[in-house]
Amino acid sequence: MTRSFLGWPAFPEAAEREVGNEQLRENVRRATRTIRGKRAVLAAERPDWEQLRDSAAAIKDQVLAGLEQYLLQVEEKVTAAGGTVHWARDAAEANRIVTDLVLATGEREIVKVKSMLTEEIGLDAALEAAGINARETDLAAAIVQLGDDLPSHVVVPALHRNRSEIRDIFAREMGRHGRPAPEGLTDDPAELAEAARLHLREKFLGARVAVSGANFVVAETGTLVVVESEGNGRMCLTLADTLISVVGIEKTVPTWADLEVFLQLLARNATGERMAPYTSTWTGTTHGDGPRDFHLVLVDNGRTRALADPVGRQALRCIRCGACMNTCPVYERTGGHAYGSVYPGPIGAILNPLLKGLDDEQTASLPYASTLCGACNEVCPVRIRFTDVLLDLRAQVADGGKHPVERAALGAVGATMARPLLWKAAVKGAGLVGPLLPARTPVPGWSDNRALPDVPKESFRTWWKRNEGERA
Amino acid sequence: MPPNPPRPRTALFVTCLNDTLFPGTGRATVTLLRRLGVEVDFPAAQSCCGQMHFNTGYRKETARLARHFVDTFADYEEIVVPSASCAGMPAEAYPLAAEAAGDPGLARAVAELAPRVVELTQYLTDRLGVEQVGAHFPHRVTYHPTCHSLRATGLGERPHRLLRAVAGIDYVELPAAQECCGFGGTFAVKNPAVSGAMNGDKARHVLETGAHVLAAVDNSCLMNIGGRLTKDGHPVRTLHLAEILARTEQDGPLPGVPVVEAAR
Repeated sequence: MTRSFLGWPAFPEAAEREVGNEQLRENVRRATRTIRGKRAVLAAERPDWEQLRDSAAAIKDQVLAGLEQYLLQVEEKVTAAGGTVHWARDAAEANRIVTDLVLATGEREIVKVKSMLTEEIGLDAALEAAGINARETDLAAAIVQLGDDLPSHVVVPALHRNRSEIRDIFAREMGRHGRPAPEGLTDDPAELAEAARLHLREKFLGARVAVSGANFVVAETGTLVVVESEGNGRMCLTLADTLISVVGIEKTVPTWADLEVFLQLLARNATGERMAPYTSTWTGTTHGDGPRDFHLVLVDNGRTRALADPVGRQALRCIRCGACMNTCPVYERTGGHAYGSVYPGPIGAILNPLLKGLDDEQTASLPYASTLCGACNEVCPVRIRFTDVLLDLRAQVADGGKHPVERAALGAVGATMARPLLWKAAVKGAGLVGPLLPARTPVPGWSDNRALPDVPKESFRTWWKRNEGERA
Repeated sequence: MPPNPPRPRTALFVTCLNDTLFPGTGRATVTLLRRLGVEVDFPAAQSCCGQMHFNTGYRKETARLARHFVDTFADYEEIVVPSASCAGMPAEAYPLAAEAAGDPGLARAVAELAPRVVELTQYLTDRLGVEQVGAHFPHRVTYHPTCHSLRATGLGERPHRLLRAVAGIDYVELPAAQECCGFGGTFAVKNPAVSGAMNGDKARHVLETGAHVLAAVDNSCLMNIGGRLTKDGHPVRTLHLAEILARTEQDGPLPGVPVVEAAR
């Protein structure tokens, strides 16, 4: 049975569990710091880096402002090029469309490439229920699938695994799903890659149907773009007879000239490479070359809800480079699973609530999964102001009456503070200061790993009064 | 500027945390500013900037404190704040709080007042134009640039320049200085495990420097890191930068803190 994030605990609880896992913390720390270092070097290499970020943000805002027109243009161009466009309002609709398309081909073994969106909508479980076995072909996604695990990063879904854990998963699981791992497999990266190559090649060559995502859809020509590092994308996109691409509506860019901006940013910011090894583009179908049937499933699943949020809509600019999580000090300690979504880290902390709303406890806990340190703002290639969105979402949670006790406490403190006489009395008396100070009240959490500050004998205002009295 | 201002033109907004738990920072700020010729007033009606409320999502409650802040400080030409995060509140948060409260009058008052609210090190370097403030501090010191001072208030190298100009100081760089200490206001109590893990790494880096004093421009973060150091039994002192800059040769070394003989 495919694992999912359904029923996941709220962030504080899930994070506490993850933080306690020393091996996981070391794996995540090592991986994020490596990518972070490479990204910093390659971003600094471009003298026009900041202008590229400005352009990317502006292009995405332009798309979001006129999304309907761009999407209709995509539909027109894809259809004219021999493809079929489907519209899915939500996960259930998208899963039904894809499942029906696969069932119609008669195939029961299919391959998947580069699609976080299919994780978001739970496509694998839907296909499984219809008797269809979908195998992941991105190396990291395949590691997650073979290990019956969950993704923890948007670019490197198996980032939480080190190579010896991967070796164990390959040795144990590959044989159950196809070509087994070679005898005596070690954790040497080249050996692991070769084992994956052999196991996956069998899948590419056998599959008649592929499901993909897309990094971008160029509206002016109806062209889809997949950016990847392993070549599995190129294989899936060209070898299958039927290609079904499941794409979020926010992935649109107006023109090829706009695409150029993102292709300069994406690999540098995502993996610290000047260019991604494989950039595949396709437009509809081409006689005698590549898939004979091409379906584009355009998925909303909460995106128009996010679009309706005036502050939060900037999250839809995201191009899934993962730099925000690579640089996030919270993510570095918790890894991605704590966020309970295929989108973890700072982008997950804002995007999940924007897509799903704030009605359940897990989603409502995400805007608080940040110290507001702002490191993510500085690396985002599309200039998402994460801290602005986090603060706005917190206000939405507070206004939604989710934390009545907290509201009452802060309200009482605020009322005291706004009345000079009460506040003076509070500071002098110190007894009323309690609610202000985590140190003086038994607020769980503070005292676990921190000493309390000494309470001074005299407040500043008392000193001032005494001192000024002497001066006068 | 009126010909005979009825009271000093410069106000100290000490912040509620400093008033109650870190009064030494307020005293040091007053001492330092007076030494530099600034007559500073402390309007006693002041309380809290509302940062805790705002960052937790309570914008209407923040607006109430914003109104109070504006009423308290409206008559001053400059308001000096020994806290980078609190100093940023009028410009960054009050407009949003006013909007949430549907109070355009407050928004106008905030727009008028906010440019006059200045963080202490910015006040020293930009308004007074000094880096050498006549301080003497013969101790090994490292400095944690708090997230707000670094990324929101944009203090840049100002605090470092002020520290390096202190006579007798042995200033050492903090490894991974720009990483958050894990405080994050209510984050520290809402997500104690993660906060504690971040704080543990920060404390370890402080110890790696061999410094006897850790300085910063936000006592909230120092309370977090210092709490960890104390809990683990390390005698590193945490001090707001103002408390270093306020000390002169006449004050002598800080009692109980090892003295460095030859500064680097």
